[in-house]
Amino acid sequence: MIKQEPSQTASAEKSMSKYLAPLVREIPPSGIRKFFDLVSGSKDIISLGVGEPDFSTPWHVREACVYSLERGNTKYTPNAGLLELREAIAEYLYESFQLLYEPTDEVIVTIGGSEAIDLALRALIVPGDEILIPEPCYVSYSPITSIGGGIPVGIETFAKDNFKLTAESLKAAITPRSKVLILCYPSNPTGGIMTYEDWLPIAKIVEENDLIVISDEIYAELTYDQKHVSFASIPGMRDRTILVSGFSKAFAMTGWRMGYACGHRDLISAMLKIHQYTVMCAPSMGQVAALEALKNGMEEKDRMVESYNQRRRLVVKGFREIGLSCHEPQGAFYAFPSIASTGMTSDEFAQRLLFEAKVAAVPGHVFGKGGEGFLRCSYAYSVSQLTEAIDRIGNFLAKL
Amino acid sequence: MDEFKAKIIDLLKEDARRTPALIATLLGESEAEVAKAIKELEDEHIIAKYATIVNWSKVDGEKVTALIEVQITPERGRGFDAIAERIYLYPEVKSVYLMSGAYDLLVEIEGKTLKEVASFVSNKLSPIDRVLSTKTHFILKKYKQDGVIFEDHQDDHRMLISP
Repeated sequence: MIKQEPSQTASAEKSMSKYLAPLVREIPPSGIRKFFDLVSGSKDIISLGVGEPDFSTPWHVREACVYSLERGNTKYTPNAGLLELREAIAEYLYESFQLLYEPTDEVIVTIGGSEAIDLALRALIVPGDEILIPEPCYVSYSPITSIGGGIPVGIETFAKDNFKLTAESLKAAITPRSKVLILCYPSNPTGGIMTYEDWLPIAKIVEENDLIVISDEIYAELTYDQKHVSFASIPGMRDRTILVSGFSKAFAMTGWRMGYACGHRDLISAMLKIHQYTVMCAPSMGQVAALEALKNGMEEKDRMVESYNQRRRLVVKGFREIGLSCHEPQGAFYAFPSIASTGMTSDEFAQRLLFEAKVAAVPGHVFGKGGEGFLRCSYAYSVSQLTEAIDRIGNFLAKL
Repeated sequence: MDEFKAKIIDLLKEDARRTPALIATLLGESEAEVAKAIKELEDEHIIAKYATIVNWSKVDGEKVTALIEVQITPERGRGFDAIAERIYLYPEVKSVYLMSGAYDLLVEIEGKTLKEVASFVSNKLSPIDRVLSTKTHFILKKYKQDGVIFEDHQDDHRMLISP
């Protein structure tokens, strides 16, 4: 191995940044990344900070992949994904959410839901377009909008509304340059959901203003007191909506990176062009696993959802008992308690909680407008870990 | 059994130390309702005992477990029950199952040494009237018992923070 002098490396790094595209250079690093670096240096941490299930991918799903590899299925698949998988996705969406998509040209299998969102934005954005994003929301929407040349426009949602998007706030954010609305319900980080009745006035505004909707429904299977309602299932919205989802959350398959997008064939066809020139196709082994999950994984999925539901009750009750107000999350696996009563910013609270109580959680401000004053706490942890974490947070609050 | 009691059993099977208060929180029910249901499950002997699963391979000192296939001649009028009772009353016997297939009873024995188990089989089990034959299998290693995987510490390999 050839060793480089540190000074050479440093100067090389410094001089290379001028070559970066300004759009990329100007994007700030993720607030989560910064917090991750802080956590990495600490010991004996109980974390409530992850956005992924604590279950392993069900064994039958892993086994299906292993057998497939043994049979030598390691080649490219069609660009849009294995037809059998696309058919299974279409069948699942019809049975679960009464959505009708043609598997041959209205479904595309992607590398996680993230690629699907990126493809959708790249297929739609003309530089200067405004992309409407209800916040607090998943951390990537705004940066990938900017990378695509769009202008992210955050729409604040509030705890008093259970973090639902309201027609009034959507309407107020629309300008002649508004083109796309990105929805994420059930929501990361708030756990908020939208009902059929909630969607109707939103759909009306979408239609009146000729918006295209990217609906990230990755947490659709993780709802508790009521079933998920897909925005695409609202009358008139199917062809205006690119539905994005995947296997990560429902089937505990985060590392497989298996997602999909469905929508009008003109939109999917444009996304497929970008997909085929960039990644060719999603990994074949992951597609085999995803197919097995859809065909035979529902029982296991139900068992995991029941377990999340139990833990949801535990953390919400726990936070309220130690004096943090916390709205009732109806989906995903996050609680979003308010720490406003402490007078600290979410960043300050999260950092002190980490160093003084050894509990890691994500400060709400990293999720955009309306996130300040809150803390994202995942409850994808064991009952004993959650109990210990809440005890520690309670003790921390008592000492303030 | 109703769904509520089935959920309580699932939660206690995961961890028998869970209190009625914790179970009530997890299920969104009142503590009194949960305590009442647990009492009923105990009274009906549906919850027969709260036990501890021990990974003996991590404990100093030898402990030997054997599974013994036993062929017997059933007794007129009482079938296999009378002999099963004679066998399960020995304190060395941890479990007894009536089986279909090549033999009749599967008997689990626990002892301190191989010799102790062998002695039980030859001096106590085999001489019982109507016991035709025994076949002893010593357990060399337990990988999983009652749903617990012994070698898997189930460490959390996730990053501490992620989107």
